[in-house]
Amino acid sequence: MKNPTQGNAAPIVPPRPQGRLKAALDSDIFYSWRRSPVTIIATVVALALILMAVLAPWIAPYDPFDPSSLNLMDGFTPPMTENQFTGSTYLLGTDNQGRDMLSSIMYGSRISLFVGAMATAFAITLGVSLGLVAGYNGGMIDGVIMRIADIQLSFPGILIALLIFGIARGVIPANQQESMAIWVLIIAIGLSNWAQFARTVRGATMVERQKDYVSAAQIMGVHPFLILLRHVLPNVLGPVLVIGTIGLALAIIEEATLSFLGVGVPPTQPSLGTLIRIGQQFLFSGEWWILLFPAVTLILLALSVNLLGDWLRDALNPKLR
Amino acid sequence: MKKVMTHLGLALLSTTMIAGATSAETIRWARGSDALTLDPHSQNQGVTHNFAHHIYETLVDRDVEGTLQPRLATEWSLKEDDPTVWVFKLREGVTFHDGAEFTAEDVVFSLDRARSEASNMRQLHVEVTEVRAVDDYTVEVQTTGPSPLYPDNLTNTFIMDKDWSEANDVVEVQDYAAGADNYAVRNTNGTGPYILQSREVDVRSVMTLNENHWAEDTPAVTEIIYLPIADNATRIAALLSGEVDLVQDVPVQDIDRLQGTGGVKIETGPENRVIYFGYRFGEEPLASSNVTDANPFNDPRVREAMELAVDRDAIAQVVMRGQAIPTGVANPPFVAGWTEELDAYPAVDLDRAQKLMAEAGYEDGFTVTLDTPNNRYVNDEAISQAVVAMLGRIGINVTLASRPVAQHSPLVTNNQTDFYLLGWGVPTFDSAYVFNDLVHTKEGSYGAYNGGLFSDPELDAKIQSLGTEIDMEARDATVAEIWETVKSERVLLPIHNQVLAYAMRDDITLPVHPENQPLLTGLTFAE
Amino acid sequence: MLAFIIRRLAQSVLVMLFVALIAFVVFRYVGDPIASMVGVETRLADQEIMRDRLGLNDPVVLQFLRFIGNALQGEFGISYRLQQPVTELILSRLPATLELAFASATIALVFGLMLGVFTALKPRGFATGLIMAISLIGVSLPTFLIGIGLIYIFAVELGWFPSFGRGDTVDLGGWRTGLLTESGLRSLVLPAITLSLFQLTLIMRLVRAEMLEVLRTEYIRFARARGLSQRAVHFGHALKNTLVPVLTITGLQLGSVIAFAIVTETVFQWPGVGSLFIVSVQVVDVPVMAAYLMFIALVFVLINLIVDILYYVVDPRLRVDGGGGGK
Repeated sequence: MKNPTQGNAAPIVPPRPQGRLKAALDSDIFYSWRRSPVTIIATVVALALILMAVLAPWIAPYDPFDPSSLNLMDGFTPPMTENQFTGSTYLLGTDNQGRDMLSSIMYGSRISLFVGAMATAFAITLGVSLGLVAGYNGGMIDGVIMRIADIQLSFPGILIALLIFGIARGVIPANQQESMAIWVLIIAIGLSNWAQFARTVRGATMVERQKDYVSAAQIMGVHPFLILLRHVLPNVLGPVLVIGTIGLALAIIEEATLSFLGVGVPPTQPSLGTLIRIGQQFLFSGEWWILLFPAVTLILLALSVNLLGDWLRDALNPKLR
Repeated sequence: MKKVMTHLGLALLSTTMIAGATSAETIRWARGSDALTLDPHSQNQGVTHNFAHHIYETLVDRDVEGTLQPRLATEWSLKEDDPTVWVFKLREGVTFHDGAEFTAEDVVFSLDRARSEASNMRQLHVEVTEVRAVDDYTVEVQTTGPSPLYPDNLTNTFIMDKDWSEANDVVEVQDYAAGADNYAVRNTNGTGPYILQSREVDVRSVMTLNENHWAEDTPAVTEIIYLPIADNATRIAALLSGEVDLVQDVPVQDIDRLQGTGGVKIETGPENRVIYFGYRFGEEPLASSNVTDANPFNDPRVREAMELAVDRDAIAQVVMRGQAIPTGVANPPFVAGWTEELDAYPAVDLDRAQKLMAEAGYEDGFTVTLDTPNNRYVNDEAISQAVVAMLGRIGINVTLASRPVAQHSPLVTNNQTDFYLLGWGVPTFDSAYVFNDLVHTKEGSYGAYNGGLFSDPELDAKIQSLGTEIDMEARDATVAEIWETVKSERVLLPIHNQVLAYAMRDDITLPVHPENQPLLTGLTFAE
Repeated sequence: MLAFIIRRLAQSVLVMLFVALIAFVVFRYVGDPIASMVGVETRLADQEIMRDRLGLNDPVVLQFLRFIGNALQGEFGISYRLQQPVTELILSRLPATLELAFASATIALVFGLMLGVFTALKPRGFATGLIMAISLIGVSLPTFLIGIGLIYIFAVELGWFPSFGRGDTVDLGGWRTGLLTESGLRSLVLPAITLSLFQLTLIMRLVRAEMLEVLRTEYIRFARARGLSQRAVHFGHALKNTLVPVLTITGLQLGSVIAFAIVTETVFQWPGVGSLFIVSVQVVDVPVMAAYLMFIALVFVLINLIVDILYYVVDPRLRVDGGGGGK
């Protein structure tokens, strides 16, 4: 390794990349965090909602996913009011099936966050891999991948997700569609969001590929792809984190929109989007709580994650993008 | 040129402003969906027929009580010496919208067209072998055997003008595969009380009163603006903000609020449609169940346990907001063969249900998938969801699969479902229509919607005998026997009969039609 | 130059073929077109006859070739649901969508520019914080919730604007416009605002970022040093420099506004191609869905092609690169 066969001064092993993520962990970023009350609030709200979702099975007062525990006669109980038939009282009321709204929202956030996080993780994995491959190989492969990414980017995610949902509906046998629904949703949303990551990573890879250490590694017989992987990844983690955070908010909204259009998770295991779709039917009939509480939760969740992403971007990039 | 356009725009602007200020006779009528086509024999579908009934007319139709009424035919009877021939006397002095006279040759032409290969109405005319004109105002219909109830099948078969159809090359029913569409899809020439003026599919259609219509009473409504609005909330918003006068498809949850709103009122009435659950029969294990060596539904004790676990009253009260009539038989009260005894249903008895499940060997329950449509019947998805919860209490762990009707319906017709929700309307008002499609073994043209593959050869024989039985008393007895077996065997799990609600501004009245096909000629204005 | 255009054209054709394949494969396998075409009461034997007539029993490759051949002639068959030629159907719905898209693009551009400039010039002000916060809320609200909220407030409670449809329209030789009648214009307000919010936020943030960047450059400092007025510096120099990327993005976004209108059109019952698409998806109206997808792809390919060529003409540096169409 310590064998400078090359004539120029470039070290074969470059200095550890001064990744943006590393910078993020420096005190600068905490300083900027402390200085922004909005970000502090967003962090607290996001953490609270995430905790609430993750811990739902242990802290929720009821299990809304267990249908046998429901009593239909509890249906449409207003918040903090006694039900006229059963005498039960619920903090946030119940929906049309007698489900406790509070518990439904906790479990629903869990599903929404799970779908959002998994879809984003899927999009990152796919986007980063394709970006690396495209940036490293260049030429034909790069052209094909980036053209697909272009098409993908110019279509709204919702249209792509609808398409993928359509494919899934045709491919998966009818009696397995429900158990697969959540994965179909994850893949649909993930596939509609990968292009951003691919583009960012491809750019960074192309820049790195030009550098001397890559050719040096090549001469030494180390597969340059491995080198790239090791050096490019840390460099792009910052932007990927930013796009990923904003992408998470987008994925949550996309899930809600798909559920609103009726192609989401089954109504017996509702996500926030499904709860809103159900609640929207009661917009004019006076049962405002069935729509309002899930809608507010969704907005808070998407907003706080968005704010965090926004702040991350500003903090990681002093030049504002 | 540009100037002309602007003038044109201004001229139209002034006329539309006048039309916009609703005169007492214009009704803006909103529904959830639009007619699929204007070709009267191309689609056998309620919304399409409802629209067509304003422009075209049938030989007979039904009033709001469901009784058969003369329309273009004034009298009909079996031929005295031949029970395989129906004789129709036609109304005289009727003209089509283009002025042509209505005669027997138009009826012959239309019935032949309706039973042609491409027609979607032909299953209602399968027994017909020939239609012939005896004179200008008499038509005979020859059937293969005695067909005592044939006129009941005619309530949605519209009469077109033979010459007009020939002149416009629409003798053939619109063919989906043909390269071009057909003149009759977008143009009309009927004898009905309204004339179509303009139509933008899915957006708005305008009809005006036919001044030359044969009926003695002139309808109060002189202009109809038909507005399909798919979204429930938007449709109700349009009524609340005064943009429409009449909403036909009112979600049950909005009825209370609308009743309490000034300027708006609600008409409700039962629809001739029963909502029920079907399940898979036969020894073969269910595809979606964890029981892999037997079919739990095939055990009568399991079916009884399910009936005892389902709380029909709670569904009617909470899910349907009182807009449903719980029932113990898959037969609406409008239909001949319905009785109060059949209609009775057992009270919820969870203890007994659990005991039955244990006796059947399922004390730990089992899993199964329930397929439900989510845009076809009133609150269909919510009903299924409630039943999932109720069955959960006796250990049946149900996964709910909810789909638009376009994807749900083939599961039932292709036998790809273990457990499903369906609604059944009975346009003929006769039990045979229910038996033929839901109870008879699935073979040939029978049992198309018997998605659970129930099969009982003895019942099949009885069902087939109904088609040709002329002795009405004997026929009624057979119908009663079949219902008795269907109920005691629990071939189907009926839940309720749907109640329809129409919402309208409070100075008009339109009674609910049992087949959900109201004619706006029946709409009245308050003084 | 010619080679560049030919290469771009070839790429566009490939893209269209790719989309055509997806359109065909997807929609061939979604749901059962027959079940949605016929009434519940139609018997199975009749359904089988229809299946044959529609060619749904032919080999898949044959069906795809037929699809491509017909698509090239602008022929997408007859809508299963409405039984009219699909091309005609889409063309008749197009004016509604285009008017909505242009109205909301205009709103987005005008307000996006105004707010973007404002927030860039006063980056620390309270109002800026408020605008940025509201814009984030706008992004975090699903479009359908915004639409429903606007309907509830402005149509039902206040009664200012209609809740659905296009109002009265005027036929200008095949182009049915809602822009010439009062009710048409009033009907446009709520859906256009709903559809514009997302783009508005995007443009605002873009303008703000570009402005901030430009304001930091030597060029602006120099302009200030020359003693030009604030106004001249801000609008004559800074804004002018941000306009090119902003207009490009807006142009590119026009395509996605058209496609994004699906949700807005559904909520407001706007009779455009988007609501036609959603209804068609629900009833599995295959020809309409396929044609819509091809139509949207064509719009994107055309817009991208035009932008690419314009860039090529404007910016000689690109002539060396040639790769990566990304902007």
